[in-house]
Amino acid sequence: MQYVLTVSELNRYIKEIISGDLILSNIWVKGEISNYKYHYSGHIYFTLKDEKSLIKCVMFKGQTYGLKFSPDNGMKVLAKGYVSVYERDGQYQLYVEEMQPDGLGNLYLAFEQLKKKLEQEGLFDVSRKKRLPYLPSSIGVITSSTGAVIRDIINVATRRFPNVNIKLYPVAVQGEQAAPTICRAIEVFNRLKCVDVIILARGGGSLEDLWPFNEEVVARSIFKSEIPIVSAVGHETDFTIADFVSDVRAPTPSAAAEIVVPEKRILKQKITDIRMRLLNAVIKNISINRMKYSKLTESIVFKQPYNRINNERIRLDNLNKYMCSALINKHDIVKMRIVFLIDKLNMLSPLNVLTRGYSIVRSKPGNNLVKSVYDVYPGNKIEIILKDGKIDALVEACHYDEKEREE
Amino acid sequence: MENKESVENKNMTFEEAMNELEEIVQKLEKGELSLDESIEYFQRGIELSKYCSKKLDEIEKRITVLIEDENGNIKEEPFEIKTEERMSYK
Repeated sequence: MQYVLTVSELNRYIKEIISGDLILSNIWVKGEISNYKYHYSGHIYFTLKDEKSLIKCVMFKGQTYGLKFSPDNGMKVLAKGYVSVYERDGQYQLYVEEMQPDGLGNLYLAFEQLKKKLEQEGLFDVSRKKRLPYLPSSIGVITSSTGAVIRDIINVATRRFPNVNIKLYPVAVQGEQAAPTICRAIEVFNRLKCVDVIILARGGGSLEDLWPFNEEVVARSIFKSEIPIVSAVGHETDFTIADFVSDVRAPTPSAAAEIVVPEKRILKQKITDIRMRLLNAVIKNISINRMKYSKLTESIVFKQPYNRINNERIRLDNLNKYMCSALINKHDIVKMRIVFLIDKLNMLSPLNVLTRGYSIVRSKPGNNLVKSVYDVYPGNKIEIILKDGKIDALVEACHYDEKEREE
Repeated sequence: MENKESVENKNMTFEEAMNELEEIVQKLEKGELSLDESIEYFQRGIELSKYCSKKLDEIEKRITVLIEDENGNIKEEPFEIKTEERMSYK
C-alpha cells in the first residue's frame, strides 16, 4: 500500500508546489469580474472568468487602496498577482495585487515601463527643470485650434493680462499624427525662439486619448526644449509622461494659463506700492536727516555763538592786563633808574655848584658859556649867574695866566 | 550702488528690474543711508519702477496662430476662436 497523506498534508503539499512555481508567483491574468463581493474587512472577493473557465480571486485591503477604478461585475480587467492555495477549502486562487481595466492594460504597462526608463535616464530630475519667466513677453500654446482648451487658455490669459501675446501652434491632440506634430511644434518654437514659455495642453479623455502625451518622442522633445514647458494634459487626476518631463505640471489648461500669465493688475499694484515705499522711505530719511540737523543746530555752539567770542575776549583782556602790569613793572624799574640818574644829574648840576659859591659866566649876547679868558675881550658884555640871581657886567680887562700864554 | 547704468541700456528683464527695485526699497527703508545716497537710490528706484511699468504695457496684445507649409515656412496669422466649435473638455 502506498503512503497515505492526510487532506491537510495533501493541500499543504500542493500549496508548496504551486507557491514554488516562478510563473505562478508573478502573473498578469485577463478576464471578466463576476461574483464581486466587498467584505466588511476591506478585502474583496470575486471570480475572473472567460468564455470557458473561471478562477477565484481575492484582493486584500492593503492592495485595494492602489486601485484607480471601482471594480464591478462584468468589468473586463487585467489582474496582477500570484496563485496560491487556500488550504482549508483545497481551493487554489489568484491573490490579486494590482488591477487595471482591460484594454488599458497594455498601455498601462507601456506607460509604467517608459516612465521607469525615462526616470532612470534623469528626464524627470528636478534639477533639470527650467524656471518659468516672471513676465513672458510671448506665450506659445501647443494644442488643438478648436475646442475648449485653447479658448479657456486665451480667456484666462487675457483676463489676467489684457495685452497678452499668445502664439498657437495647432496640433492634433489624439491619434497617430498627434505625437509627431507635438514634437514638431516644440521644435519650431525652439527654432524661432519667438516665445518665452510653452503651454502643452489637452482636455480630458481616456487613457488612449491621452496616449500621445505618453509617447517617448514627445517626452524627449519636451526634455530637449530650451524654452520652459508647462504641461496641462487631461484632468487633475490624469498623469502623463509629458507631465513628468515638463518643467511645470498644471492640473488643467486654465490652471496652466494662470501659472504662466501673471496678473497685470497685481503687478501694477506692486509697482505702485513699491513707489510709495520708495517715497515714504526717502521722506523718512530726509526727516531723519533734518532731525539730526536740528539737533546739531540746537547744540550750545549754535545757540550761544558768542560764547566762544566772549571767552576769547576775556582771554584778550587778561592778556592785556598781564601786558600792562608787565609794562608797569618795567616802568617802575625805569623810573627808579631815572630818579637815580636825576640824583646823579643833580649832583653834577652847575646850579648845585653855584650854591657852593661858584658862578657861571655867559657872554652877551649869545649866552655862550665863558670857560676861558680868551672867550671874551675887554668891552664885551657878560652875564654872571650866581646861586640867587644874575649880574650884568662889562669886561674891563683880560689877564691871561702865564701858563696859558705859553701854550 | 552696484548698478549705475541706465536700465534701458542694460535691457534688464522685468524680473531683474523688480528684484533690484525690491532691494533698493529695503535699503532705503532701513534708513541707514546718507541723504545723498538715499536721493540717489530713490532716483534709481523711480527709474526702475517706470521701466517695469513700461515693460508691462509694451507687450503687444496679439493672439496668432502659426501655420507651417510643406516647405517648413511659418506664417503667423491672427487667431479667432471659432465659437461654433466650442465644446467642453471636462
